[in-house]
Amino acid sequence: MTVMMDTGNRIAAKAAVMAKPEVVAAYPITPQTTLVEAIAEYVARGEYTGEYICVESEHSAMCACIGASAAGSRTFTATSSHGLLLMHEMLHWAALARLPVVMCNINRVIGPGWNIWVDENDSISQRDTGWIQFYCSSNQEIFDTVIQAFKLAEHEKVVLPVMVNLNAFILSHTSMPAEIPDQHVVDEYLGKYVPKWKLDIDNPTTFGNIIGPVHYYKVRRAMQDAQLNAKKLIPQIAKEWSKLSGYFHGDLLEYYKCDGAEHILLSMGAIGAESKIAIDELQKAGQKIGLARVRVIRPFPTEEIIKLGKQADLVVIDRNISVGLEGALFTEVKAALYGESDAKATGFIAGLGGKDVTYKDIETMCRKSMKGKAKEQEWYGVEE
Amino acid sequence: MKKYPVETSLSYPKLGAMGKTGSWRVFKPILDKKKCVKCLRCWIFCPEGSIRREKDDSVNIDYDFCKGCGVCANECNVKAIIMEREEAKKK
Repeated sequence: MTVMMDTGNRIAAKAAVMAKPEVVAAYPITPQTTLVEAIAEYVARGEYTGEYICVESEHSAMCACIGASAAGSRTFTATSSHGLLLMHEMLHWAALARLPVVMCNINRVIGPGWNIWVDENDSISQRDTGWIQFYCSSNQEIFDTVIQAFKLAEHEKVVLPVMVNLNAFILSHTSMPAEIPDQHVVDEYLGKYVPKWKLDIDNPTTFGNIIGPVHYYKVRRAMQDAQLNAKKLIPQIAKEWSKLSGYFHGDLLEYYKCDGAEHILLSMGAIGAESKIAIDELQKAGQKIGLARVRVIRPFPTEEIIKLGKQADLVVIDRNISVGLEGALFTEVKAALYGESDAKATGFIAGLGGKDVTYKDIETMCRKSMKGKAKEQEWYGVEE
Repeated sequence: MKKYPVETSLSYPKLGAMGKTGSWRVFKPILDKKKCVKCLRCWIFCPEGSIRREKDDSVNIDYDFCKGCGVCANECNVKAIIMEREEAKKK
């Protein structure tokens, strides 16, 4: 074991290289660039010996991963914001083709106006593609989640692509220490990749051909089943990794000081980490509030949210907006509660366009909600 | 039926995976074996592999899969293949 003091991007690159993908295909985009540059450095030093393909766009990056994965290779890529959006068609493709590609997405604002800071609209707008989605809140969690992502994606009951999200700059470009296990620990945990299906000249198949309604319907249902299988497997896979690495960041959610809480805050990504400080402060002031940081939004942790709704009223912070409705997490939390709990839920939009969200801001939102003074849906911190 | 490892758009090659596509045919190629010189141009040009090449290099047309495109008739140097309109199917 060694301690690596580095940025989220470079720690993600370390994890990716240690998972030994046979193919990495990537196209640089701020703020993901230093991640793929770090992998290129591993190539230059001879520490990464897989195929590193520099492509001409993100669409091509995902296509190359799809091709490589279909040929039976473990594959990795990384992107951000507009790059992710350019991949959109192929995201559906990878998931429908049941190819366990692993990708890091650095959450960045979508333009115009041109802005490279954090918000989560890029990945939130890819929720329906069939990809499993994780959101990290520290560099250690990034390392551990990338490793777990390969395990989950390739699991025979899942066989779906996995997206590991980390917030622009707050994580991607901030140095924090992370414990890196020895290579043999990762090797033993992941094992050799055995593809569930592949293009194989010794056992020829036609792939991506026309299929009629009867079969297509079954393909969609099988994807849904695989996502629900993933929901059961995520806690188990996290636990197995924690035994080897000593790190556990939660399963579908990370619970923080929820015992006896009458309000529970739900947040994601870097706001999820900042929320812990806010909860500490609020509890010091005698407030009965805990935190459930949402690590996974696909598959959505419906049962866990219902459980929270039976315990407490909920405060949801979204760093995204489904324009014309509200924050996406807020909508989905309420949908989970429907018919199951009378919990009151209030939703805040915060930090769009990379606007800073400090623990003080989170405290303010929580206090307003706990006092019953928050509207059902509020925009926090818009400067008029 | 072969079991698929995962439910996606995969299929294994087999005869007539898409059904008997010969039913799409409007014009039917008719081979006059007396005129045929077994040159096998029709076998080379048939886009659907519907010309069956027999052991003695004589040819037969597989009407289960021939879609009636007429390429064989067009390519035949000795005019041994003519195209005839399929009779309307009796209801």
